[in-house]
Amino acid sequence: MSEILIEDLNVWFGEYEERVDAVKGASLSVSKGGSFGLVGESGSGKSTILRAIMGLAPTWDGRMEVSGEPLGPKRSRTFYRKVQMVFQDPYASLHPRHSVDQVLSETLSLHGFKDIDTRITKLLDDVGLGPSFRFRYPHQLSGGQRQRVAIARALAPEPEVLLLDEPTSALDVSVQAEILNLLTDLRDEHSLTYLMVSHDLAVVGHICSDIAVMQLGEIVETLTIDDMRAMRTQHSYTKHLLESSLLGAKLA
Amino acid sequence: MSNLLDIENLWVKFPTRNGIFDAVRGVSFSLGKERLGIVGESGSGKSMTGRAILRLIRSPGMVTADKLDLEGVDLLGRSEKEMRGVRGKQISMIMQDPKFSLNPVMRVGQQISEAYRLHAKVSKSEAKRKSIEMLEAVAIRDPERVYNMYPHEVSGGMGQRIMIAMMLIPDPKIMIADEPTSALDVSVQMQVLEIMDKLVKDRGMGLIFISHDLNLVSSFCDRVLIMYAGRVVETLAADKLHEAQHPYTQGLLNSLPRLDAPKDRLQVLQRDPAWADEPSVSA
Repeated sequence: MSEILIEDLNVWFGEYEERVDAVKGASLSVSKGGSFGLVGESGSGKSTILRAIMGLAPTWDGRMEVSGEPLGPKRSRTFYRKVQMVFQDPYASLHPRHSVDQVLSETLSLHGFKDIDTRITKLLDDVGLGPSFRFRYPHQLSGGQRQRVAIARALAPEPEVLLLDEPTSALDVSVQAEILNLLTDLRDEHSLTYLMVSHDLAVVGHICSDIAVMQLGEIVETLTIDDMRAMRTQHSYTKHLLESSLLGAKLA
Repeated sequence: MSNLLDIENLWVKFPTRNGIFDAVRGVSFSLGKERLGIVGESGSGKSMTGRAILRLIRSPGMVTADKLDLEGVDLLGRSEKEMRGVRGKQISMIMQDPKFSLNPVMRVGQQISEAYRLHAKVSKSEAKRKSIEMLEAVAIRDPERVYNMYPHEVSGGMGQRIMIAMMLIPDPKIMIADEPTSALDVSVQMQVLEIMDKLVKDRGMGLIFISHDLNLVSSFCDRVLIMYAGRVVETLAADKLHEAQHPYTQGLLNSLPRLDAPKDRLQVLQRDPAWADEPSVSA
């Protein structure tokens, strides 16, 4: 059965003549423990789908379900424990005046955990940061370390689903490799389900098993990674995307 | 062959509380009418090299070099006033993000004609005609309409093309492009690069292309310098990138996920402190 199920989702912003339809009739399903990638250019609505699941886009209709629980305008407390999001820019997503310890302990206490101290040590260990990072502030960390803290924060309430919004696009390729390895390790360790947004097909291809290609708010094609690698696509836009990302890779 | 640009032993230093920080440490290269790529991670000094050439490093930062010549004439000894004649007219630079490099309260067309009128003595109407021509050259549909738009009204890819138009209109000899496409989508990226490539080729300019994207650089440039910790660790012909000898270059190449060659784990770059101490390779 599917962990994330979306049927005929519409998301819009503004009203009347100012209304912009960001997502139009999107449907997708991610099985438990699976990884699904959303690709498309900026403005195609891929991040908006994540935000709609999270409850950050208030105006939507259609049907969304996460592990069998239908989502309404209000989400339950267990939903917010079960589903967590990692944002694109590690520089902007951490509070500049909260230390790593504050970031993690706040999340943990909000979710009602008692053994906060041991959990923080465990979380930092999980994302490959030692205990020496515990009392640092974001400006004392590099981009890759910050993204690790953001991932630790997302892992704190022991979620089952992680929504990843371009988790490596602000990082160097060498650091990107570390974070991608970390994400695959964590998925196996904690049996997580990933829904990932990226414009980099190679990154999505590395993490995910299925992808959906979006253009102008609509999912134009859903295909497996093997189909994508073999260029078995139906839609011209997918072909165009693949060609532009394979162009560089072929030469290397 | 006469070189457009000759650089020998270029250093960029910044005094900090903990002593002097060397951002660029003894970089040497020369540029002809070709496309030279500079690749490296953030903090490797690639952007600083580009800025040092245009003398855009402000005090307390210091730039020293044994030689920094534009067509055989020294750049370091020139006054600020003389430098203003160089910037734009002879060497121009495209910055990373059009959102921060265009004046938000000035119509884009005016910005382009201003760039032209600063270097060429022409009438306003002539400048406008030339600007619209330039907008057409960077594949903007309906240039008359775009001429009167403000930067917030154009998309990222369009903004970057406007920047390219602005930088090319004084007909410089060298263009430095500092991550010109990293703020753009993959599909728009190729389009912008193609336009840049065509214009650079047609005008016989020298191009310095700064990027962190190895694949992009190898498909787009003739020659590549790989920088690490302020030094050039390796220099290669772009089509020979996969024959790289230096462990840093190999590490960078191997850390990329590949669409055509999937693997379970990506190789993580193991840094060797000795890389930073090796002498800089000249190119």
